[in-house]
Amino acid sequence: MKHWLKLHWRNCTGSLRDLAERPLATLLTAAVIGIALAMPASLNLLVKNGSNLAGSWDDARDFSVYLKLDTELSKAQQLVDQIEALTGVAQVSLTSADAALADFRASSGLGEVLEELEDNPLPHTLGVRPIEDISVAELDALGQQLAQLDAVELVQIDTEWVQRLNAMLDFLRRVVLLASTLLVIGVLIIVGNTIRLDIQSRRDEIEVLKLVGASDGFVRRPFLYVGLWYGILGGLLAMLVLLLGSWLLAAPLETLVGLYASEANLLGMDWATIGWVLAGGVLSGWGGAWTAVARHLSAIQPS
Amino acid sequence: MIRFDSVTKRYDGTGEALRNLSFEVDSGEMVFLTGSSGAGKSTLLKLIALIERPTRGQVLFDGRNIARMAAREIPRHRRQLGVVFQDNKLLVERSTFDNVALPLVIAGLNDREIARRVRAALDQVGLLKKERSKPGALSLGEQQRVGIARAVVTRPRVIIADEPTGNLDPWLSLEIMKLFGRFNDIGVTMLIATHDLNLLGKLGGRRIRLENGELAEPEDDALVF
Ligand SMILES: Nc1ncnc2c1ncn2[C@@H]1O[C@H](COP(=O)(O)OP(=O)(O)O)[C@@H](O)[C@H]1O
Ligand SMILES: [Mg+2]
Repeated sequence: MKHWLKLHWRNCTGSLRDLAERPLATLLTAAVIGIALAMPASLNLLVKNGSNLAGSWDDARDFSVYLKLDTELSKAQQLVDQIEALTGVAQVSLTSADAALADFRASSGLGEVLEELEDNPLPHTLGVRPIEDISVAELDALGQQLAQLDAVELVQIDTEWVQRLNAMLDFLRRVVLLASTLLVIGVLIIVGNTIRLDIQSRRDEIEVLKLVGASDGFVRRPFLYVGLWYGILGGLLAMLVLLLGSWLLAAPLETLVGLYASEANLLGMDWATIGWVLAGGVLSGWGGAWTAVARHLSAIQPS
Repeated sequence: MIRFDSVTKRYDGTGEALRNLSFEVDSGEMVFLTGSSGAGKSTLLKLIALIERPTRGQVLFDGRNIARMAAREIPRHRRQLGVVFQDNKLLVERSTFDNVALPLVIAGLNDREIARRVRAALDQVGLLKKERSKPGALSLGEQQRVGIARAVVTRPRVIIADEPTGNLDPWLSLEIMKLFGRFNDIGVTMLIATHDLNLLGKLGGRRIRLENGELAEPEDDALVF
């Protein structure tokens, strides 16, 4: 056991030393891995910020339901109960035509002009708040259902763009997943190919090792550790790219978000992101080395 | 120690390199394998080191048939053998010390034991002072001695050598063979392939002569000189 640990430790540090002896090649490989990891990670951060933003407009998903002008207030009150019973509805509030007019008078500063009106031109209005975890499809269905009620003139969801944003975010989440998968495969191939070249250039050495009785594991281990180090270095570089990126973008993004949301709360790098990026680097580095080792090492036999 | 039972080796697409070959090498023996180029000497040694597999027949090593040994058991088998090659097969980027230490590192000995045994082996081949040199800085004879040190450092019971003096002048060749003789004196079984008949005249040991992959009568020394 102790011997085993020592061998691993030797391979681990030895591989790092080998890499340090050719810093440029190592850095280039690590940079490619880093960029490949940074891309999906930054996209993911973007989506997370987007979701955060969309989440802060919960009330923006409220429907405004305008009733026909001749609707009685009692009928409107009846509708409140009726709508509250619908699935997907959290809460319904009624603003009577009179209240709306008073409100308008006060806020518009046109009090006296409006005084002249014989009839109140405003309808009774219902504010319908959907439940929180309602899906886009359910929201649509609810809107149609509301529009079909008699006495309802118009159903309006002012902020359709929030819906669009949410749909877009759903889409982007899938893009992140797809991009991550593709880029991890890319890293596997890059590391695999680098290790393959490494194996080929050390063909003679591998033959000699096998001749004097080295097991497959003994021959394999240094290459796996090289792959692991590539992954770790790539992960660290990815983190650097992300930090730099969020630092550069923080100020303009805050301004942008501030235009839409009262409290812009930007999400930077969190532990989960750091964990995923590092784990992605380690797994794809090690995995890439395995693909090369499994395919090319057994082909080298002493002759 | 080593026994061939009706061993035939046929390489893909060629004739038979070894034909129905049977012989035995006892423990502690010093045996020279002779025969002209292409007779099958290298092939025979490769079957012992499991670099090649026999097409037919049994190869017994220490009583065990290794002809169909599982691939994952081969490393352990090779670690019981010392092997010396004509082209010495040293790692050119590593020092003499590291080259000789290689089998011990593979065997997992600790650093102190490795250093002790490597120095002992280098002392035996007279290269203690060159432990830091890389192969490129050594003469051919010295390189071959490093190869021998690497073969004996694990104290194997059997050493096989394929034309170990093939690249050396007669004087150095004799030195190398004497070195082998000393290891044989302490009980190591030696099987050495060579076509250098002049050299053999000066050495003891038994001879096995191959001709077209079959056993032949050993050369008459009188004919050689
Ligand atoms: N890898 C190989 N593939 C095909 N034929 C081979 C191979 N190795 C050796 N041979 C053939 O086997 C025969 C014996 O070769 P070898 O064992 O090298 O003889 P020696 O070492 O006595 O010169 C020769 O005819 C040689 O051409
Ligand atoms: Mg030969």
